[in-house]
Amino acid sequence: MNKKIRALLKQHNSDKTRLMDMLWDIQNQQGYISEEAVASLAEGLNMSCDDVRETLSFYHFFKDRPFGEHKIYLCNTVIAKMGNYDEVRAALEQEIGTSFGHVDDSGMFGLGDANCIGLSDQEPAMMVDQVVFTDLTAEKVQDIIKQLKQGKTAVEIANPDGVDSKDIAYVNAMVAENIRTESNVMFKADRDYKAILQTCLNQLPEEIITTITEANLRGRGGAGFPTGLKWKMGRDAEGEEKYVICNADEGEPGTFKDRVLLSHSPKDVLLGMIIAAHAIGSRHGIIYLRCEYWYLKDYLQQQIQDFRDDGLLGAQILGADFEFDIRIQMGAGAYICGDETALIESCEGKRGTPRVKPPYPIQQGYLGMPTSVNNVETLVNASRIIEEGSAWYTAMGTDESSGTRLLSVSGDCDKPGIYEIEWGMSLNAVLQMVGANSAKAVQISGPAGDCLSVAKEGEREFCYSDLSCNGSLMVFDESRDLLNIVRDFMEFFAEESCGICTPCRAGGVDLLHKVERIIDGRGCQQDLDEVINWSKLLKGTSRCGLGTASPNPILATLEKFPEIYQQKLVKQKGPLLPSFDMEKAMSAHDLAYKNLVQEDAE
Amino acid sequence: MSVKITLDGKEISAREGDNIIDTAANNGVYIPSLCYVKGKPCLGTCRTCSVKVNGKVMAACTIPVSEGMEIDVNGTEITDMRKALVELLFVEGNHNCPSCEKSGRCELQATGYEVDMMVSRFPYRFPVRTVDHASKTVWLERDRCIFCQRCVEFVRDKETGQKIFSIKGRGTEARIEIDAALADKMPAEQVREASDLCPVGCIVDKTQGFDAPIGKRKFEIKTIRERVLEGSTDEG
Repeated sequence: MNKKIRALLKQHNSDKTRLMDMLWDIQNQQGYISEEAVASLAEGLNMSCDDVRETLSFYHFFKDRPFGEHKIYLCNTVIAKMGNYDEVRAALEQEIGTSFGHVDDSGMFGLGDANCIGLSDQEPAMMVDQVVFTDLTAEKVQDIIKQLKQGKTAVEIANPDGVDSKDIAYVNAMVAENIRTESNVMFKADRDYKAILQTCLNQLPEEIITTITEANLRGRGGAGFPTGLKWKMGRDAEGEEKYVICNADEGEPGTFKDRVLLSHSPKDVLLGMIIAAHAIGSRHGIIYLRCEYWYLKDYLQQQIQDFRDDGLLGAQILGADFEFDIRIQMGAGAYICGDETALIESCEGKRGTPRVKPPYPIQQGYLGMPTSVNNVETLVNASRIIEEGSAWYTAMGTDESSGTRLLSVSGDCDKPGIYEIEWGMSLNAVLQMVGANSAKAVQISGPAGDCLSVAKEGEREFCYSDLSCNGSLMVFDESRDLLNIVRDFMEFFAEESCGICTPCRAGGVDLLHKVERIIDGRGCQQDLDEVINWSKLLKGTSRCGLGTASPNPILATLEKFPEIYQQKLVKQKGPLLPSFDMEKAMSAHDLAYKNLVQEDAE
Repeated sequence: MSVKITLDGKEISAREGDNIIDTAANNGVYIPSLCYVKGKPCLGTCRTCSVKVNGKVMAACTIPVSEGMEIDVNGTEITDMRKALVELLFVEGNHNCPSCEKSGRCELQATGYEVDMMVSRFPYRFPVRTVDHASKTVWLERDRCIFCQRCVEFVRDKETGQKIFSIKGRGTEARIEIDAALADKMPAEQVREASDLCPVGCIVDKTQGFDAPIGKRKFEIKTIRERVLEGSTDEG
């Protein structure tokens, strides 16, 4: 076994639940995870090699073969494609001299696709070796590749002033902030974290839970589960240990608000975690950070260290008999890890496969112990509620949806970026605010959400009983081809399906093929009827939210914009479906005849 | 503790916490399943045991019964959903029953009969999958794998506890792998267990094949439905 891997195993006490960290360490040192490394890990962790590969092969950004000294991933979402995407993509292939999915001849560059990397307000964007470049043009790409070829590192190019990666200036050097609204809840400057935490610790956990419950705070990840209730269940659950996990795997295409919160209010998030820990009785916190946000890692680590230095994390927090600390767990590229049970599996070093429920994580989560998984924005809200009180919070929003919601706005509008709105605002008002004057359709909550017709649904309101948006808001004007967008979304789901259950793994592909058939002008009414029936199957029988939501792009557009499908349908003539390709079918026969019969005769 | 539930309109009492598949079987109602093995933790992968619980579709193997639950097993819509899932599994792989060693003992085939499948409503995909015969004991016929995960979860190397079977890749790229070195260490009876555990003919014992004549094969002697309702797990 090589020395480095032996040291790595020792560093992690040969604990296989830390396999994700070990795989990242190896890839960061050696560029990829070799057969030899897999064998060493397997030996050291008492796993079979294939078992190590189960995890390794699940994640998009782990590589089991060389993928260039510089790994470049261009984001290929529908939002990216609305901008300079084609030009940038061509420039990358041209400059590097290879096509996507490949390594160039010199072995210097690996070129790949990435799903949403949380930069929809500044697309096209790409990741290069764990930093990012935004608002790309062909010229920009040419310049970056030229500098890389000259021997500069990606960090040196993205951060020419050499700012310390622990500093927010490092993040700002790469990514625009784009916070567009004066906020009530989020991004509050100069908070006295010590005083707020002291207020929290002066109260019993039950009192904290009551305050959060009275504030009517609901999970901001999308499901909208009442946070107070979750914490109460966590408090009541029995377990030797309990865990607080901050879900920072912001993978829903179009959303980027958690990135901005982690960049500009990181301590609000940490404080929210400490409050959660006090409420449920936990000593250990984990931030599950998607690796697309690697450039935030050192900065966040420093924020955690600041809190430790100030006595807000660690043993005897603020002198009380309360111990809590936080570690960062890096993801490795899997949309499904936004699901809380998949995320927990990933934290345990395994494939991000959603668990069978029940039991729910709040009863048996990380390492089988009660675990409260909360979204970044939820935690920030909780920290503000403890500071200002529940009455302050419920005064905002509507009767049943308290407080505010962060929206990540992208697409056809003048001012893409982050907006804090009070629940209850109408779609029309939001569109006016963001400068979307010719919006035709709005995709809310990402591909898993809904596609709204601005003409028909402009008066609908953002709130849990109407548009319970998870924060992603993509605007499309008249010029956009919605069917192509639907196809992109269906491709996304097929690609990101974990494969554990039949309907999502197998059925998702069939739905995608149907959409392609309709776009190609080979679909008929029967195809559309089947799409609806098969969608019902996926929605009903899939194991997790990814599968049940995956038909949404089709179902939503079929309901709101039926004409885009009807225009493409062809009439069936005779008994054969229009998609049946007689020539192709016969060509197989011709080929077989030629190979088997004619050759024999000759 | 005993709870009252409604199963296909009939009120019955059941043991709280038992899953719906077992509860239904105890009451003479067969629910198909391809990943669930009685007495082992549920896997919830194949979804062919989908039923309606209080109007919502759920996998019966994953849900413990509780007081007042209303379960619809044989309603028209849910019955067709189960059938569709079996059809999906048939087209996703390459299943040629007449030439398969597992024919007559295959749970997918037997379940196909039970759900009245004639032909799949989904297009056949004819995927190209490679057979792995590196192990001395096991023939891994990937064409037939339905990703139930039984072998991944329930077969372990006796000495080290390591996984012998595992899944590589994700989504449509997922495929079953076998650790040949560990597989070679499997005693004959463990190989037999693994191949019996496999609901299809993916894990094939290299020393056995076509040993029972047509008409005397497992599910011809007794159907899968009868076996589930009896709660039997024997192979005969």
